[in-house]
Amino acid sequence: MDTSPMNWISNVVRPKIRSILRRDTPENLWIKCPDSGQLVFHKDVEANQFVIPGSNYHMRMSAVARLKSMFDEGRYEDIALPEVPLDPLKFRDEKRYVDRLKDARTKTGAQDAVKVGVGEVEATPLTVAVQDFDFMGGSLGMAAGEAVIKGMETAVERRTPFVLFAASGGARMQEGMFSLMQMPRTTVAVQRLRMAKLPYIVVLTNPTTGGVTASYAMLGDIHIAEPGALIGFAGPRVIEQTIREKLPEGFQRADFLRQHGMVDMVVHRHDLKATIARLCRVLTRAEPKVVSQEPAHEEPLPEAAQ
Amino acid sequence: MRSYLDFEKPVAELEAKADELRGVAESSGSPALAKEIEQLEAKAAAQLKELYGALTPWQKTMVARHPLRPHFVDYLAALIEDFTPLAGDRAFGEDEAIIGGFGRFRGHSVCVLGQEKGSDTETRLKHNFGMAMPEGYRKAARLMELADRFEIPVLSFVDTAGAYPGIGAEERGQAEAIARSTDACLSLGSPNVALVIGEGGSGGAVAIASCNTVLMMEHAIYTVASPEASASILWRDSARAQDAATNMKITAQDLLKFGIIDGIVPEPSGGAHRAPEQAVEAAGSAIEAALAQWAGFSRDEIRAKRAEKFLAIGRKL
Repeated sequence: MDTSPMNWISNVVRPKIRSILRRDTPENLWIKCPDSGQLVFHKDVEANQFVIPGSNYHMRMSAVARLKSMFDEGRYEDIALPEVPLDPLKFRDEKRYVDRLKDARTKTGAQDAVKVGVGEVEATPLTVAVQDFDFMGGSLGMAAGEAVIKGMETAVERRTPFVLFAASGGARMQEGMFSLMQMPRTTVAVQRLRMAKLPYIVVLTNPTTGGVTASYAMLGDIHIAEPGALIGFAGPRVIEQTIREKLPEGFQRADFLRQHGMVDMVVHRHDLKATIARLCRVLTRAEPKVVSQEPAHEEPLPEAAQ
Repeated sequence: MRSYLDFEKPVAELEAKADELRGVAESSGSPALAKEIEQLEAKAAAQLKELYGALTPWQKTMVARHPLRPHFVDYLAALIEDFTPLAGDRAFGEDEAIIGGFGRFRGHSVCVLGQEKGSDTETRLKHNFGMAMPEGYRKAARLMELADRFEIPVLSFVDTAGAYPGIGAEERGQAEAIARSTDACLSLGSPNVALVIGEGGSGGAVAIASCNTVLMMEHAIYTVASPEASASILWRDSARAQDAATNMKITAQDLLKFGIIDGIVPEPSGGAHRAPEQAVEAAGSAIEAALAQWAGFSRDEIRAKRAEKFLAIGRKL
């Protein structure tokens, strides 16, 4: 026993933790909970909607995983998103922006940071847009802005409520002012949703900051936060640099936002579907959910079973 | 007396020499000296014109932040009559980083909003260097709603490095306050005109600049994040601000080309700080022309045209 499993874990697993959720990386069998430090088999985490069993830490989800987990039987119509001009500033920092884009596309298999799907959530028709943090930090550029607008327009066309899962570091810096202009642009789309009298529910996931929070993500009719999510305008690093002191524990986290009146509720991922469907049905004066014909479960709750 | 920017050094030298000779001329009264002074001044003026005709984005950033550049209070004093400032967001407090109120602009009732950076230690602190708290944006939204009810146009003067990043600002919902203020701009049935007079910094600027007509002073900048913040995000080094300014297309000239702004107000040679009255007057004329352009449209048309304008940004490049 000279190769202790702990060595293998710290040498191999830990450096890979950031890319743990990519499907085709079979060596990432274990996930270390960022909260409790416990090691969990990745299949168990995936089966648990990317919530660490035990600690209840909510991991980030890819856009596709989120859409699948939201819609009944994981089925939805993928909405085609508008093409946008590529790299309007011909930008480069340490790398060319076009190369960064290419890398992000390869890494995530998506065109950009936002995906839109239409389907049913507990038999309630919904349009859902999801921001994927793994695509360049979920940053809001022209493509993401157009996708959010398209999502809202789709909801208006199909006469469904609109649910948006926000996750973003803020503006796509590489697109400069075109990125900033997504703030008023998406706000126009929110106004149209409002005019159509369709509910707009924002689910703030970890993390949501910057221009996204300062526009469509804080203009919902209802704001739901996932437990522990970091939500704010300025990122903690910027604030610490400005005020030159450490920030208090829990600052800008979901519970903090609720205490300060910025979100309506903090909802566990397992309860999101039911909460959203219930709210949408009440707000649109739809019939309550049809109770299934099967007899109610007699088994104890999973927590009790453990 | 004068304050020179680094790149103005050749002009500074010429002007210093002219000043020196003027001192000598006063005591000696030599006509030859008078001629030389005149030549020096002409040379300095030509230099200045040449320099300012080809400012780099980073040089513009410095001009936009020039301590003697006219600030919102100067525009307010020169352009608005009967101005009555109104205070408070009716929820938490008053934020003097954004000054707002009602008055008259060239005969028309207007609502005026503006970010004020302050010009000495006392006023800079009072106005928090032009970096607004949520209360500032909530006051702005409140005044825009009032203006809408009384069908009065709104004029926004933008000059901020960005909204303030701090604990209190976050606790009181900085993001939501900015979003609601942008929302208020885009809901107005009366026309609104924004003029970026110095720095248009990020969401803190958008919150009051989502207007029917967006103008910029010739040497103003408008950025997704200040060059320093951009550099710290992109290069993890705020010292690369110059690179960020250069690469991010932040000048009025670039943004007009991109269709992100609607017009540029020319500045006097050597920048607005050389002849503040002239700069402010030119701004007044441009604002008047912009307002005239929106006269005659119905409230619904005003809203629809504004929305269409923003939706069109970036769609045809």
